[in-house]
Amino acid sequence: MLAFLVQRISQAFLVMFVISVIAFAIQDGLGDPLQQMVGMSVSQEEREALRDELGLNDSVVVQYLRFAGNALQGDLGNSYFYSKPTLEVIAEHLPATLELVIGASLIIVVFSVPIGVYSAIRPQAWLSKFFMGISTVGISIPVFLTAIMLIQLFSIGVTVSAFPEDTGWGQWLNDFFSTEGGLPSYGRGDELTHLFGTWESGFFSESGLMHLVLPSVSLASIMLPLFIRLIRAEMMEVLQSDYIRYARAKGLSAGRINFLHALKNTMLPVITVGGVQIGIMVAYTILTETVFQWPGVGLMFLEAITRSDIPLIVAYLMVVGLIFVITNTLVDLIYGLVNPTVKLTGKKA
Amino acid sequence: MKKLITAFVGSMVLTAAPVALSAEATKELKMAYDADPVTLDIHEQLSGGMLQLSHMTFDPLVRWTSDLKFEPRLAKSWERIDENTMRFELREGVKFHSGNQLTSKDVKFTLERLKQSPDYKAIFQPFSELKVIDDYTFELVTKEPYPLLLNTATYIFPMDSEFYSGKTESGESKSAITKHGNSFASENMSGTGPYIIRDRQQGVRVEFERFDDYWDTESPGNVGKITLTPIKENNTRVSALLSGGVDFIAPVPPTDLERIKRDEDSSLVTMSGTRIILFHMNQERVEAFKNPKVRQAIAYAINQEGIAAKIMKGFATPAAQMSPRGYQGFNESLTPRFDVAKAQALMKEAGYEDGFTITMMAPNNRYVNDDKIAQAVAAMLARINIKVDLKTLPKAQYWPEYDNRAADMMMIGWHADTEDSANFFEFLTFCPNAETGAGQYNAGKYCNPELDALVNQANVETDRDKRAAMLQEVEQRLYEDAAFIPLHWQDLAWASKENVKIEPVLNVMNFPYLGDLVVE
Repeated sequence: MLAFLVQRISQAFLVMFVISVIAFAIQDGLGDPLQQMVGMSVSQEEREALRDELGLNDSVVVQYLRFAGNALQGDLGNSYFYSKPTLEVIAEHLPATLELVIGASLIIVVFSVPIGVYSAIRPQAWLSKFFMGISTVGISIPVFLTAIMLIQLFSIGVTVSAFPEDTGWGQWLNDFFSTEGGLPSYGRGDELTHLFGTWESGFFSESGLMHLVLPSVSLASIMLPLFIRLIRAEMMEVLQSDYIRYARAKGLSAGRINFLHALKNTMLPVITVGGVQIGIMVAYTILTETVFQWPGVGLMFLEAITRSDIPLIVAYLMVVGLIFVITNTLVDLIYGLVNPTVKLTGKKA
Repeated sequence: MKKLITAFVGSMVLTAAPVALSAEATKELKMAYDADPVTLDIHEQLSGGMLQLSHMTFDPLVRWTSDLKFEPRLAKSWERIDENTMRFELREGVKFHSGNQLTSKDVKFTLERLKQSPDYKAIFQPFSELKVIDDYTFELVTKEPYPLLLNTATYIFPMDSEFYSGKTESGESKSAITKHGNSFASENMSGTGPYIIRDRQQGVRVEFERFDDYWDTESPGNVGKITLTPIKENNTRVSALLSGGVDFIAPVPPTDLERIKRDEDSSLVTMSGTRIILFHMNQERVEAFKNPKVRQAIAYAINQEGIAAKIMKGFATPAAQMSPRGYQGFNESLTPRFDVAKAQALMKEAGYEDGFTITMMAPNNRYVNDDKIAQAVAAMLARINIKVDLKTLPKAQYWPEYDNRAADMMMIGWHADTEDSANFFEFLTFCPNAETGAGQYNAGKYCNPELDALVNQANVETDRDKRAAMLQEVEQRLYEDAAFIPLHWQDLAWASKENVKIEPVLNVMNFPYLGDLVVE
């Protein structure tokens, strides 16, 4: 266990190092940060002076060594745009993203398990086929399109008048397809509860929760179908295995077989994939946050790119890298707990 | 950040004696822009967003009206004493947010600070000094006769000299202007404007509250609280308005104009803007561009009206010169000259009937539809056998390429900071000179010393009519020479809820005077 952690921590350092080198190597392609800091009509001389002040005229190697020296002391530099330490900026934006991920994860867990299990047990039922159909659609629609449609439907509202209004059924269908709108379409609202540090939470007020609905649904829309399909496939495979057949032969009740014996083994690969997917979800937050103007790290990162805020870009990449390493480590630990046959390190059994 | 502002507001409430509100400022306004102010230091950056903030929290000496005339603000009146001197009378009884009284020394302090700012330095370079005559009288002295003195005075937003003087706890000067890192002025503010910043979370929201002691008691403005939320994504910004989340948005993307017009609860205001979009033809890179006939052929091949109608969906005014209507240099007689047959004939005359191949670069997220415009221009050039190798880039990567003059034809949009024609020429068509900084964005390397001399002469001509004639002649000759390819002036658009009367406070400079905004 300890050896495993030590190994992981050293891996984390390696990952951080590689990310920082890559980020530094591509910074010339990220544009000129000066352009964002000064007006168009500022003279070249002034620009040069500022560039000197910022140390942008030094060679990449010198800049990297300076950065690495500071980074080892926990200082990843100051953001050009926010004029604050980059880690502080990220810490301010991270809670918003985490809440979004938590919201989406809750939706995924609550819906994927029952639907996946149901469609594995009853693969031929029309409801299963319906869910499978919907999930194919869900997985193929890009997340920003889902987001825009959700905004139109539930935030602005649509009025349908395609059916004849003078008939009862037409009226009913019109009403059925029309939506009221009214859900907030941007930001987190202004009723946030301060938890600790930089964490302002939207989970404790109605307005905060309402603001969370559309972004979480959009973000979940891309992962939910994947999980439904994964759970279904795994469960179907488990249901075919010998020990389940034996349990059936033994005469155990269907509920006991499905939910106690089959589900447990189904969840093993789901946990692994889930851990990796949460990491990937961080990437999808960039899209979701942009559409909903959600003030999280995804939006912050995208804006940092348009502003060529290089220190912030580098710091973000390193923090995300760290999150990946941590989630993978946690997944491996949990995996070991759930499945005792898995050994964490290659030490002798 | 938050703490600092609250502390500041707190101390302000203690010092400022409560006086009755000017108008009953009880309404609330929620607005969404594509960006929020970068800093609270109005001299840190010269940009549309910062000027907008300046007009909300400060007041200029004079300001532009919607038809480009001057309106007195903190300066009550002004008169020219001699060629180089203008005397201003300052309004009396104007209070800063800190409670201090505005006097001439604050204006002097502000001018000196502007001359330190990298962004404003160049604009204020013609000024030699500010002479304080008494508390409410001062003289602005220029090195040479300066016709744009009042244009420049619209940038003088007097700052509270007492508030911004001295040292902070960490020993830094409070008046310092820093481009990166925090300065006192970037986090604290004391102006004379209609609004005080109550809370600010960068990138999330800024909350403004009406200043109780605002001097302009005749202002019809009745908005007591403004919340500014930056929403960068066009679609989301429009959705926020349509769903009732906000009351006022800008800019409105051209693709959504119809959608807002159709919405009964919203109103849309559009205006022809002053930002010219144009292409430079680099004569140093392409031999053929040295030939005026080739340049004219290109000018004849481009259909400005088509671009404005089809690509910009009518959301642009086709241009044949740089100065928009209302500027002194605007030359009524210059109109787009689309004529493909003529263009082909000119190519033949110049000996380039078979055409040639050039490279072209344009940004793809800086101006409205910039990449599509570039594609259209490339397609139009194909008709006179000029084959275009087009590359579009995000703005962050585009400007370094522009500085290197990396393509044969490059796009640029320009707004004159001085709201004056000469500014266009100085930056875009003057003979490039690294030492003086002239022609800094002249990516065509077009050089006509005669015209430069004429502009310089106009710059010391204080007679309005004579000056206008000179500038119009420059436009005329640039047109004949086809020094560059003007495309259009980008239109401006704002949208609001029906009950928010934005029209009277809007102007072509795109800084709505929100202090005067009426909400029903």
